[in-house]
Parts: sequence; structure tokens; C-alpha cells
Amino acid sequence: MSFQVSLGDTQVAAMAPTKIGIRNLNFFYGNFQGLRDISLNIPEKQVTAFIGPSGCGKSTLLRTLNRMYSLYPGQRAEGEININGVNVLGPKQDLNALRGQVGMVFQKPTPFPMSIYDNIAFGVKLYEKLNKSNMDDRVEWALKKAALWNEAKDKLSQSGLSLSGGQQQRLCIARGIAVKPEVLLLDEPTSALDPISTARIEELVSELRSDYTIVIVTHNMQQAARVSQHTAYMYLGELVEFTPTAQIFVKPKDKRTEDYITGRFG
Amino acid sequence: MSNITSRNNASDVHGSTSSPRTERVVSAASKHSTAPEPAEGSLQTERVAGASPDNPVYRRRRWVNRFNLTMSLATMAFGMVFLLWILAILFSKGMAALGPALFTQMTPPPGSDGGLANAIVGSLIIVSAAIFIATPVGILAGIYLAEIGRNSTVAKVTRFINDILLSAPSIVIGLFVYTLIVANAKHYSAWAGAVALAIIAVPVIVRQTENMLQLVPNSLREAAVALGAPQWRVVLIVTLRAVKGGVVTGVLLALARISGETAPLLFTALNNQFWSTDLNAPMANLPVVIFQFAMSPYEEWQRLAWAGALLITLAVLLLNIVARTLFRQTKH
Repeated sequence: MSFQVSLGDTQVAAMAPTKIGIRNLNFFYGNFQGLRDISLNIPEKQVTAFIGPSGCGKSTLLRTLNRMYSLYPGQRAEGEININGVNVLGPKQDLNALRGQVGMVFQKPTPFPMSIYDNIAFGVKLYEKLNKSNMDDRVEWALKKAALWNEAKDKLSQSGLSLSGGQQQRLCIARGIAVKPEVLLLDEPTSALDPISTARIEELVSELRSDYTIVIVTHNMQQAARVSQHTAYMYLGELVEFTPTAQIFVKPKDKRTEDYITGRFG
Repeated sequence: MSNITSRNNASDVHGSTSSPRTERVVSAASKHSTAPEPAEGSLQTERVAGASPDNPVYRRRRWVNRFNLTMSLATMAFGMVFLLWILAILFSKGMAALGPALFTQMTPPPGSDGGLANAIVGSLIIVSAAIFIATPVGILAGIYLAEIGRNSTVAKVTRFINDILLSAPSIVIGLFVYTLIVANAKHYSAWAGAVALAIIAVPVIVRQTENMLQLVPNSLREAAVALGAPQWRVVLIVTLRAVKGGVVTGVLLALARISGETAPLLFTALNNQFWSTDLNAPMANLPVVIFQFAMSPYEEWQRLAWAGALLITLAVLLLNIVARTLFRQTKH
């Protein structure tokens, strides 16, 4: 109920066009309902944060956006998720094409067991046939975008696993944007990193905002405040509140949101 | 103060075998029960009792620990004695015939000197052909079980049959290939031997490949899928590559396993006194030559049998060492 009110109030959200429109989304792990009747509009070329206590369904919601759950039999979603006007939950949706459009970076850095160069080229090769020099350019472009070029340019042929944790995570982001998706999903991208790496990734997110629609799940409320323009607070599989970030931390509408962000529970 | 000293005692006594978390060690020493810990005050007095040698429970525990440690060392020594014994006999008897002639001359007729050249080359050919057949089959089946079939009925049945095949007596497999190939072709052949050995090698490779792929964290799979990669690319380029050392280890262990098999070759490749590299004809091979020569009354043959046995053992030892080194490297 509260999200409808807040959507009306949100001037920023009203100004930005909707990239992902979620309508009455319900999600089930077998018999357990993980998400209850979620509706929200994720604005284009802005950062939207999902916050909430563990198990509230924020990661689940994120994983419906690129249909990651389809890997696991027994998990299913009902409702609508419209990206560019197409309901991606439809049975005819080409999953590989969707994932080319909606990239994802995970909590733990997951470099592939191959060179830094090949880590990035792997995704690009799925969609484009580039010659060597064009591929070199693309790898350089992605690494620069992810602020990893200076550290990695002299060791592109070394294993991605040789990088530090923070560098590995930036490699994963570079890998994600090399494919040139429209949306980038970040699932707690800094929870396994030290503060300096975290700061770099947050800067990166703010820079990437001009080109990509970004959705970030975070446990860290300061992080949500720093990087996002919109924040959704979720609790027990429900969307409690969705408002501009500046507003949610100053005067939350819902009592439950207030309790959470003031640290009274969770 | 007393609290601190008693903690130190406890960790000194158990330091070598137990976890470094002293607190757990102490409570385990004082009590075997899983009942909730008493309040802080009473815990302190109990800790003193727990660590002191006067405590009968604690004394018993120490005795049991010593007993078990001795027993496990004794059983290890028992196994090692036999292994070293076998190696010692092999070396002392096999060394006598070890020389350049062993690798250059053919297996001799009874009563004259010779070497094992045809048997060594024959073994290499048959075993290579077998592993050449078994590797793709085994790896593909392992991929199916770990990545595609998973908990489906087909996968469960395959896994069960594979486990049976893994422990099937090799003579049964020899007889099977005999009726299938040798009896139909009406002659023994190296191909039949390779097929029999391949059947023994496949389940080893399947099991190892599946186990290795299951070690790949799901997050790596998801990361590849999230880029939009189709499943075959995820498996071949990402997950299989992540455990390639382990999979190669499986192939090497299978190689070690089949290189000493005798029974299946008796029914299939048989033996050949002469130099032959024709896979459609009987071919000399080390295990069968050892079998034949060791049973013979001729001293030259017996000596060659010992040399052959030593060769096979060294080859298997080498394969195992290489496999283990490779495996350690992948695990980091």
C-alpha cells in the first residue's frame, strides 16, 4: 500500500523513464513464497538499491530480473517484468538474449579460470565476432570502464585468479559491461571486499550510471545512501517502501522502514 | 589466574590433535555430554578439575587417545611393511634382468636370453588405445552426471551402474569382450584387449570427472550463465577448465589401473612371441608375458618376468606420483 503513495510523491522517478516495470510479481521456491505481490518501476540510467534484512527477498527479486532462477527446477515466478515493453517472464523469452541485455555481478568475485583478457573476451564472443584488434579495443574499453586498466594492462595474459579480491570484482564488472548490456544487476558486490576496494566499486557504480540502468542489492545502508537515487525497502518478501534515496533515510513513510534504518531491529 | 593456567594445561596436552579453540577442548575434556554449559562461576571450578590428572574422566580420555594413536600407527606400519617388502623383492629379483637388452630384444624362446621389447611396445599400444577410447566416453558421462542429469532418474541409474562397473571383476570383463569380439571375429586381437581395458577405465574416469565437477562452486556456473552463455559453453569453457587438473588426474589413475590388468588381456589380446604392431592380431603385452614366463620352469623366462613386474610397478608408481602432483596443483 505504501509504495503506491510513495510512487506518487517521487518527482525524480516521475521524471526518469521506466526501464524495468515489475507488476504483481510473486515468486515461489517450491511451496514457499519468497516474494509477495511486488510492483515497482525501476528508472532508466539511475541506481536503484534494494535494502532489507537477510531473507527479505531482495536477492530473489534481483535474480528474477535476469531469470537466474530458471536454472533451478522448482523455482517459479508469476506476474510481469517488462523490460523495453516485453514481459521477460513469458515462456518464449530467449534466456541467453535476456542475460545479454541484463548483466549481473555476484557477491563473491567469480573470475573464470582463464586469463584476464579471456575473462572479458568470453562474454563478448557470445554475441559478436570481432577480429583481434577490435577485441583488444573492447577489452581495453571494458577494463578502463571498470577502473582496472592501469592495474591489469601489463598482465592481461595472466590468470584472472591472480588478482586481488577487489580487482577480481572489478574484473567481473568489466566482464559484465564488455557485453554492453542495458541493465547491470549487482548482488551485494562489495560485501566480500575491504573498505578501499568498496570505495572504488562505489565510485565505479556512480560513473556507470550515465550509461546503464543499475540495480544494486546491499546490506549496507550507508552504501545505498551513497550510490543510489532510489531505494526499495523490503521485508519478509514484501516491498514496504520505494522512494528517492534522499527521502527514505530522512523521513521514511513506513514505521517498519524507520525501525530498520534506525537500527531498532535487523 | 587459576583459570588461565588450567586453560594452558589443557591446550598443551591436546594441542597437537585438537582444535585451537581452547574453550571447547576444556569442556570436552571435562564432559562428553552436549548439555548446555553451566554458568560462568561453576565453569571455572570445573575447568580446574577437567585439566587436572586427578580427574578420572580426563585420565581415561588420555589413555584412549594414546591407545588409538598406537593402534593407527601399528596398522599403518603393517601396510607399509608389505608394500616395502614387495618393492624390495621386485627390485632384488628384477634388477638382475634389467639392462639395455630388455628394451631392444624380443621375448626369447625357452632356454635362451632375450628382452621384452615387443611386450613393452605392445602394452604401450594396447593401453594407449584403451585410454583413447575411455577418456572421451568417461569425461562426457561425468559431465552428464554432474552438469545435466544431476538428480534425474537416468543419472541415478547411470551412477549406480557405474559404481557396479567400478568394482566388477576384471576377468568378467575379459570374458564379456571375448564373447563379444573375439568369438565373433574368430581370432584374438589387440583391439579386443584395448576394448576390455577401456571398459575397466571408463568408470574410474566417470567417477573422478563427476566428483571434480561437483567441487566447482555454483557461483562460477551462475556467473557464466549470467553472461548469457549456453550450457555447453559454460561446461566446456568454464567449469571443466576450472577442474582440468583433477580430470586429468582421473585419466592418469585409470591408466595406472589398467596397465597392470592381466585377466582381460588373457582372453582378448593374448600374446605374441614376435614383434607386431597390428591391432587386428594378437599382440605381446607385459602382464600376459609376466603371467606366462613366471609360471614357466625356465630360469631366463622367470628372470624376465621379474623385470617386467618391476617395470610395470615403476610405471604405475610414476603415474600415481604425476597424478597426485597435478591434483595438488589444481587445488592450490
